[in-house]
Amino acid sequence: MKIADTLDVDSTFQHLRSQALASMRDHLDGTRPIVMVGTATCGKAAGALEVLQAIREELAKDQPDARVVEVGCMGHCYAEPLVIINKPGNPPMAYGYVTPEIARRLVRDYVIGDDPSLEFTLGALEENDLIPSIYDLPRFAYEQNIVLKNCGHIDPENIDHYIASGGYEALARALRMQPQEIVEEIKLSGLRGRGGAGYPTWQKWRVCRDSKGRPKYVICNADEGDPGAFMDRAILESDPHSVIEGMIVAAYAVGARYGYIYVRAEYPLAVHRIEIALRQARRRGLLGKNILGSGFDIDIRLFQGSGAFVCGEETALIASLEGRQGLPRHRPPFPAVHGLNGKPTLINNVKTLAYVPRIITNGASWFSSIGTEKSKGTAVFALAGKVVNAGLTEVPMGTTLRQIVFDVGGGIPNGKQFKAVQIGGPSGGCLPQSALDLPIDFDSLREVGAMMGSGGMVVLDEDDCMVEVARYFLEFTQRESCGKCTMCRLGTKQMLEMLKDFTIGQGSMEDLDKLYEMAEDIKEGSLCGLGRTAPNPVLTTLRYFRDEYEAHIKERHCPALMCHDLIAYYVLPHKCERSCDACVGACTVEAISPDRKGIKVIDQEKCVKCNLCLLACPPQYNAIIKLSPPELVPAAKKVK
Amino acid sequence: MDKHQETAEPDLKRIEEIVSRYRDQKWPLISLLQEVQEELGYIPPEAIRPIARGTGLFPAQVQGVISFYEQFHTTPRGKNIVKVCRGTACHVRGGRTILKIVKQNLGVEEGGTTPDMNFTLETVPCLGTCFLAPSMMVNKDYFGKLAPPKLKSILQQYGSPGE
Repeated sequence: MKIADTLDVDSTFQHLRSQALASMRDHLDGTRPIVMVGTATCGKAAGALEVLQAIREELAKDQPDARVVEVGCMGHCYAEPLVIINKPGNPPMAYGYVTPEIARRLVRDYVIGDDPSLEFTLGALEENDLIPSIYDLPRFAYEQNIVLKNCGHIDPENIDHYIASGGYEALARALRMQPQEIVEEIKLSGLRGRGGAGYPTWQKWRVCRDSKGRPKYVICNADEGDPGAFMDRAILESDPHSVIEGMIVAAYAVGARYGYIYVRAEYPLAVHRIEIALRQARRRGLLGKNILGSGFDIDIRLFQGSGAFVCGEETALIASLEGRQGLPRHRPPFPAVHGLNGKPTLINNVKTLAYVPRIITNGASWFSSIGTEKSKGTAVFALAGKVVNAGLTEVPMGTTLRQIVFDVGGGIPNGKQFKAVQIGGPSGGCLPQSALDLPIDFDSLREVGAMMGSGGMVVLDEDDCMVEVARYFLEFTQRESCGKCTMCRLGTKQMLEMLKDFTIGQGSMEDLDKLYEMAEDIKEGSLCGLGRTAPNPVLTTLRYFRDEYEAHIKERHCPALMCHDLIAYYVLPHKCERSCDACVGACTVEAISPDRKGIKVIDQEKCVKCNLCLLACPPQYNAIIKLSPPELVPAAKKVK
Repeated sequence: MDKHQETAEPDLKRIEEIVSRYRDQKWPLISLLQEVQEELGYIPPEAIRPIARGTGLFPAQVQGVISFYEQFHTTPRGKNIVKVCRGTACHVRGGRTILKIVKQNLGVEEGGTTPDMNFTLETVPCLGTCFLAPSMMVNKDYFGKLAPPKLKSILQQYGSPGE
């Protein structure tokens, strides 16, 4: 690269940056209150749009001077809708579980008045002497935000917010480096692919760079399909430019001319925000010909998937992009050699690409100082299921499951006992209590039979049946198997049938051996990750919870009282307070009626096992119980 | 009345028009099908030939792609689409019961449409709103922390479940 070029890049970028800072002046000068509302999907689903409207209406009455900004997801999805109020002279304050009524009060009492309404606050977002800070919460001792850094703090629909907070600086720097220097930097950082398999990112980059054939492509894999995983969506909705910047740097490093972002169709808001971000980047000369005056050309387009889980696999994704059925093919050749259009193609996950600008800006040694020996950096997890603080969290690799579930996630709600963590979605596994102190990284998870996968983490408690959970995942993979490989198509079907039998109290002990056999065959006989990892949920539950399988088979007993066919609801006659009608009123299918003495009887034929009667029965009576096997329900009562 | 109900004669002109817009695009098929579905609410079988002609593919290839992807529909769907989440978090928080009761309320199975064409019931692998589990979507609205008693009133907001 010529020296004239590098000067050009620098001055063009400085010009962009000062433009962004100028347009952000009202946001940054600190003279006006700023109200930020999280309107990523998590916020919207919890009612953030109503809150936003209430704030706008209330402000319109008195304080037209305050600014309202829509931001993305801070990761505290459990506390959505979330509002941040930044008032000059005060630390920024975060408020959770905001309703339109609370929002109106916050505007009146704090934005206009002076009362920070501490009863609604989660805490201040800065350390200060007056108000407890959110960073004093136990979770912040473990969290370290790298890719989630901007999420929830900037307006994802305004490129100036991103540039003003340091965005595209990495690109400007990268364009002044030699492409191979960038690959070297990524190598030194130790970054591994965040899509699940943990393949060293630099190796893909180098192979793609060294491969002949033009034009080359770079693809961002945003086909996040694992149930229980929503971090890629949150990043795309909250900070889309970080992914685009990572893509441009990657494209420059490997010499790609075109880029595609392949987004799952179920993410309409992410699609919308990426489109806006691409348009803005194009207008600023960050995409297109001769970006930032560097002489490098790159165009990025968005492509929407159409609902096929298997398209998360890279070769299937390419087939889908080319307008064909999303069937995986044999590798090698790898896409880095022979990909889209038969040309060298780099495919990276959303998070992998979002790390790239941070690594370029802060240096490889900074990144490699975080994490474990072989897994560098942080991991982003989506916590859900039986956990108090469901949402996103970013922690250094090597953090233990216990720290994530109990310190970050706040433990199990309703005083229940922890049973397992399902990690990595349908490719992952269920890890028991004994694995809680395992430091998590790519390799440690594989050793215990699970997988990092995309980073979905569903916490299960004593009420969850592990056989049923295994059945659930097999049903998922069976349904999503594209059908190309016989073992995946038919093998998962056979495994699913056996698991179904267990959950309805049929099946035999020999089936357990067959499950192992099938699992091995499916792993061997499948082309892609979907089939090769499909048996993991079954193998891990068999390994750690074999006793539950045996109870189902030998005694028709579901220890967690979850399998609908193996349980029955029953009203204990001696405990039933005859004049109380709570359960009758709660039943949505009219399955409960009083007998002659006023004792409630459940019609087992009508009962859908929704658990509402059990919840409705006042705790002082506690008359309704679940029985397993259902034959334990006394016969005489059944007839009535 | 409703555009989804014009089942008798799909508007071939509109389809041709969409096809012509994709003529110069590389790998147009999936985006093209998405647009046809957006316009008509589904992909009528009559659309396959013009699409195949316009994209230079065999009709069987077009049909193969349509049937491969879950989001393409070849029959008209209801005015309101109910999507019940069957993600892991929803599953362990009572999602199965929710689905059962929605089915009862609407009187249709998964993938079914009520006779009055008001509702189509679908399930999705995961809505990604796990912190609100169990959850479902009606059209573009999310409903979370569902409990069986809430379902009837939610569905009623969108008109009577086709009795």
